[in-house]
Amino acid sequence: MKKSKHYFADKDVQVILGTLLRVGVILSMSVVLLGGIIYLLHHGKGLVDYKIFDSSKNQYASILAIFEGIKRMDSQAVIQFGVLLLIFTPITRVVFSIFSFLIERDYMYVLIGVFVLCVILFSLSNRLVG
Amino acid sequence: MSVLLFTVIVLAGAFLAGLVGSLTGLGGGVIIIPLLTLALGVDIHYAIGASIVSVIATSSGSAAAYVKEGITNIRIGMFLEIATTISAIFGAVITVFINPSYIAVIFGLILLFSAAMMLKKKVDHSDTDTSGRIANFFKLNGSYPTETGEKKYGVHNVIGGFVMMFFAGIISGLLGIGSGALKVVAMDNIMRIPFKVSTTTSNFMMGVTAAASAVVYLHRGQIDPGIAMPVTVGVLSGATMGSKILVKAKTDKLKVIFAVVVVFLALQMIYNGLSGKL
Repeated sequence: MKKSKHYFADKDVQVILGTLLRVGVILSMSVVLLGGIIYLLHHGKGLVDYKIFDSSKNQYASILAIFEGIKRMDSQAVIQFGVLLLIFTPITRVVFSIFSFLIERDYMYVLIGVFVLCVILFSLSNRLVG
Repeated sequence: MSVLLFTVIVLAGAFLAGLVGSLTGLGGGVIIIPLLTLALGVDIHYAIGASIVSVIATSSGSAAAYVKEGITNIRIGMFLEIATTISAIFGAVITVFINPSYIAVIFGLILLFSAAMMLKKKVDHSDTDTSGRIANFFKLNGSYPTETGEKKYGVHNVIGGFVMMFFAGIISGLLGIGSGALKVVAMDNIMRIPFKVSTTTSNFMMGVTAAASAVVYLHRGQIDPGIAMPVTVGVLSGATMGSKILVKAKTDKLKVIFAVVVVFLALQMIYNGLSGKL
């Protein structure tokens, strides 16, 4: 009896998770598409230059810069914001898992989940790229 | 080349990559990186940044579809992510300090390995022996529902799997791919997890691992909106289409054809890497 109940709870979690992922993907895709259309209208006739990687050429290389760009409604910033939403979709999944471990009172896995999240947040802190 | 033409070509290529990727189980990066570097002359560091975005897109997209089918073992996933996130970030940090020629050669070798793994018949090594000490300590053993009731499975050689995942993470961060083939070796062959569980769990991990290294690429300016846009839109729509026709299509022949294409791309990458053209 207890087992089947647990199984149904798991199913609920899975359904919420599935919805979360779908919403994340659709939302980010829509934002990227919106930015893409504006980008093509403004820059479609310009020339591409990706021959040599130059990190200083990308003006949207931080979350702060992306938000600044969105205020100006710059198309490239909008695309980059969509990409950011996409990157955050699996990270949300980790946060979600930590909560479900918390509900199950599995503190070892709460700890493991928080550790994984910290590793990702550490890379978000922008200290790794010189 | 004009921005419009570039966008259209990458969009078409990414759509194809997403479509074939979801039909054969190989990630989108396998096609996208050679397309950008070999065909369009894009610097490999930009290609890597675009590819990692496609990995997250396919992972999250198919995870939403997987939810009904398999049962993800979140504990196995989370436990192994300790290895993959640290190593993926490490790989993403060192990738710009490595000669692009070497990266091309490593990429080619991984492609050859992935093609071989795709064609190899998968053998389920799982059993119900749940006596592993580490597996018990970390509560990795699990069960999944079948038509005949709950089926239990045991997880083996946790340390071996963890080390293999660490390696998979470095490759993922270095090349901007999901390194699904290496994750299969770690989960199916070393840890002997049943397919039903390993497929969805590895997909879960792929998204999280890719997100960790994507953040590093983003800060370095490797994710360019002009490339990321057609790649994301193309791969996602292709993968969605693929998952719709997957039910009807016979994928065996397609896998052989795709393997030939991948081997060709791999040799091209290795040749161009060795001759210093990339």
